[in-house]
Amino acid sequence: MRRIISVLLENEPGALSRIVGLFSQRGFNVDSLCVTTTTDPTLSRITITTHGDDKVIEQITKQINKLVDVFKVMDLTEGSHLERELMLIKVATPNEHIRAEVKRMADIFRGNIVDVSARNYTIQLTGPSDKLDAFITTATELTDVLEAARTGVCGLSRGDKALKI
Amino acid sequence: MEMMSGAEMVVRALKDVGVEYVFGYPGGAVLDIYDALFAQDDVKHILVRHEQAAAHMADGYARSTGKTGTVLVTSGPGATNTITGIATAYMDSIPMVVLSGQVPSQHIGEDAFQETDMVGCSRPIVKHSFLVKKAEDIPVAIAKAYYIANSGRPGPVVIDLPKDIVNIQESHPYEYPEDFSIRSYNPTEKGHNKQIKKAVEAIKAAKRPVVYAGGGALGASRKLIKLAEMLNAPVTNTLMGLGAFPGTHEQFVGMLGMHGTLEANKTMHNADCIIALGARFDDRVTNNVEKFCPYARIVHVDIDPTSISKTVNAHIPIVGAVDKVLSQFFDHLKDIDQDTQKEKLQDWWKQIRQWQSRKCLNYATASEVIKPQEVIQSLYKHTDGKAYVSSDVGQHQMFAALYYPFDKPRQWINSGGLGTMGFGLPAAMGVQFAHPDAISAVVTGDGSIQMNIQELSTCLQYNLPIKIISLNNRALGMVRQWQDMIYKGRHSHSYMESMPDFVKLAEAYGHVGMRVDHPSELDDAMARCMAIKDKLVFMDIRVDQNEHVYPMQIKFGAMDDMRLSKTERT
Ligand SMILES: Cc1ncc(C[n+]2csc(CCOP(=O)(O)OP(=O)(O)O)c2C)c(N)n1
Repeated sequence: MRRIISVLLENEPGALSRIVGLFSQRGFNVDSLCVTTTTDPTLSRITITTHGDDKVIEQITKQINKLVDVFKVMDLTEGSHLERELMLIKVATPNEHIRAEVKRMADIFRGNIVDVSARNYTIQLTGPSDKLDAFITTATELTDVLEAARTGVCGLSRGDKALKI
Repeated sequence: MEMMSGAEMVVRALKDVGVEYVFGYPGGAVLDIYDALFAQDDVKHILVRHEQAAAHMADGYARSTGKTGTVLVTSGPGATNTITGIATAYMDSIPMVVLSGQVPSQHIGEDAFQETDMVGCSRPIVKHSFLVKKAEDIPVAIAKAYYIANSGRPGPVVIDLPKDIVNIQESHPYEYPEDFSIRSYNPTEKGHNKQIKKAVEAIKAAKRPVVYAGGGALGASRKLIKLAEMLNAPVTNTLMGLGAFPGTHEQFVGMLGMHGTLEANKTMHNADCIIALGARFDDRVTNNVEKFCPYARIVHVDIDPTSISKTVNAHIPIVGAVDKVLSQFFDHLKDIDQDTQKEKLQDWWKQIRQWQSRKCLNYATASEVIKPQEVIQSLYKHTDGKAYVSSDVGQHQMFAALYYPFDKPRQWINSGGLGTMGFGLPAAMGVQFAHPDAISAVVTGDGSIQMNIQELSTCLQYNLPIKIISLNNRALGMVRQWQDMIYKGRHSHSYMESMPDFVKLAEAYGHVGMRVDHPSELDDAMARCMAIKDKLVFMDIRVDQNEHVYPMQIKFGAMDDMRLSKTERT
C-alpha cells in the first residue's frame, strides 16, 4: 500500500542523511521525498511516500521515530489528508495541431504553460500524484515528452490535526 | 568562568561526566587532546595497539559495569579502525562514546590527509553522532553524547572533533551543562498501564508460562528472579542475557535458540504464555518464524518500540524499561498465591523435568583427547563460577555459554549480535580495568585470538593478569562444523596450516604460556593458571578437532527441531 509519511525533525546537518540512510539500510522503499524547513526555522519537515505492507510501514514509522533528531512521525494516509505535488513537463509541439491539443489538455488539467519556444511547451501542473501521472500518460499518447521534473509529494492532514511540537 | 582550550575542554568534560578510563591511540588530528591528557591524571588513558581493540575494551568495560565506555582515536584510519568495534557495540546495545579526531574544519571535504567522513561512515551503526563545529559546543556535545549512549536503549555515539576547534593556542570559557535537555529525545521508561494490566491477566491465566529474558534484563536481575519465583515459572536466557537469571537456579532451563538446550527450546515451543523481557526474537532464537511457538500468547517488554513485533508479532506489547515494568507488574501481582501457582504449574514442570532428563549437554569424554566442554567445566570449577568470562566467536563461545552457568549479570561478555572474532581479549582487558581484583578470563579459539593478539603487548604495559583459555582445535571450528554438516565435509579454508607456537608467543610478549595436550593434565594446569595472580597466562589447550556444538536447531524448523548429536535428532 502507498503511504505518505510526514516527519518533523531538528533542522540540523546530518539529520536528513540519517532518514535517507535508514531507508536504504533497512531496505525500505522511497518513492518520493520532499524536504524543507518549517515556519520554525529550527525544524525541518520531510514528506516521504513509500509503499509496503502494514508490518513494513509500522517498522518504518517506528524506526524513524527512534532517531534522536526526530520529534514526530505521522502516517498521513491513515486519516483524511491533502496531498499535492508540482510538476514541470516539457513536451514537443512540432505543429499547429499538437500545439492546440497540448494547450487544451493543459487547460483540462488546470495546468499553466509557463514557457514556450519554437518547438516545445513547458507546462506547470499541481495536484495529487495520480493526476500528474494521468497527464504524463495523455501527453505521451499525443506527442514526445522531452522531460519532466516533479517535486515529490507534500501533504497535510485535514482538520485540526497538525504535526507540531 | 574558567578559560581553556578546546582540547582541555574535551578532557575536562570527560572528567565532569565521570569518565575513569579512555581507551585510545594518538595521531595528528588529536595531538592537542593528547597534550591536554598529559597535563592531568583524573582521566586515565590506556594506550592500545590497534583502535579496533580500543573499542572492544571500552565495550568490555561497559558490559561488565553498565557504565559508558570511552574511546579516543585520530581521524582517518584511526577512526575507521574502530568501525567493527562500534558495530559490535551497536548490535548488542552497549553504551559507548567514541571521540574521533577530524581534519581542520576548513579542509573538510577536500580529501585532506587522513580525512574520512566518520559521521557518515558510522551512521548506520551508531545511536547518534555529533560533528562539533565550535569549541564552545564541546561540553554540551559530550554531556549529550553520554546521556544518549546510556539512556533508553543504550548504544554507541560518535563525536567527531575537527582539529581547529581543539587547538591549544585558543581559549574559551568552559561551563559543564548540569542541566540540559534534548527536546526530540524522550525514551519511554514506564509501561502503559492498560498494557500492564492486560499482561498481568495473561500471566495469571497461563498454565504453561515461560520467562524469556535477554540483554535488556541484565539491569533488572533481582526483579527478574522475584517474578520467576512468584510465578514458579521456568526461565530461559538468550546468549546476551546469560546471568540475568542465575544459571544454577532450579527454575533455569538454560539458554535458548540455535545452540540452546533442548529443554529451553521445548519449553518455549510448548508454552501458552511467553513473557519476553528485553529480548528481541532474533533469528538465532526463533528459527523459522512461521513455526515459532504456536500456542503462546506473547507479552513483549522492550524499551525499543522497533524491537516489538519486528520479527514475531507480540500479542501484548509493552514499551518500557524491564526494571520499571517489572515493578509495575508487581503492583498487580500482590494477590498471587505461590502455593496455588505451584499446583497450577505442576504438570508443566513435570513435562519440563522430563525434557531435562534427556541431559542434552552430556558428551562423551575420551581418554587421549581433551573435549572442549571439559575445559569450560574445569574453568568453572577453578574459578568457583565467579570469573568474568569474555568470549570470542565460534564453537568455543557456544561451549562457554552452555557449560559455564553464570549466576550474576554482566559476568558473561560476548559479541552476540555481530559475532565479532577478535572481541574476546580486548573485552576481557576492559573488564579487568573495571574489576582489577576479579578473575577476567577469555575463552577463545586459535582463529579468533589471532585477530587482536597484538593486545598482549597492552596487557604487559598495564599488568593485566588476564587468563586466556584458548581451545586450540587447529581449525576455524564453527566453520568446519557447518562444512561437516552442510557441505559434506569439504573443509574449504577452515584449516590453519601454520599455527604459531602460542606458548612462545605469550612468552615473547612477557607473559606465561602453558600448553595442555592430555585430558589428565587439564585440571592441574587450570589450577596452576588460576594460582598465578599477577601475570597473564595464555593456556594453549589442544582440544578435539572433530567435536561439534550440540544441541543445534535444524534450519527452517520450529524452535525445538534440533540435532542432539552427530546422529540423533528430536
Ligand atoms: C571477524 C569475523 N570474521 C569471520 C567470522 C566467521 N566465523 C564465525 S566462527 C568462525 C571460526 C572461529 O574459529 P576459532 O576462533 O578458532 O573458534 P572455534 O570455532 O574453532 O572454537 C568464523 C571464521 C566472524 N564471526 N568474525
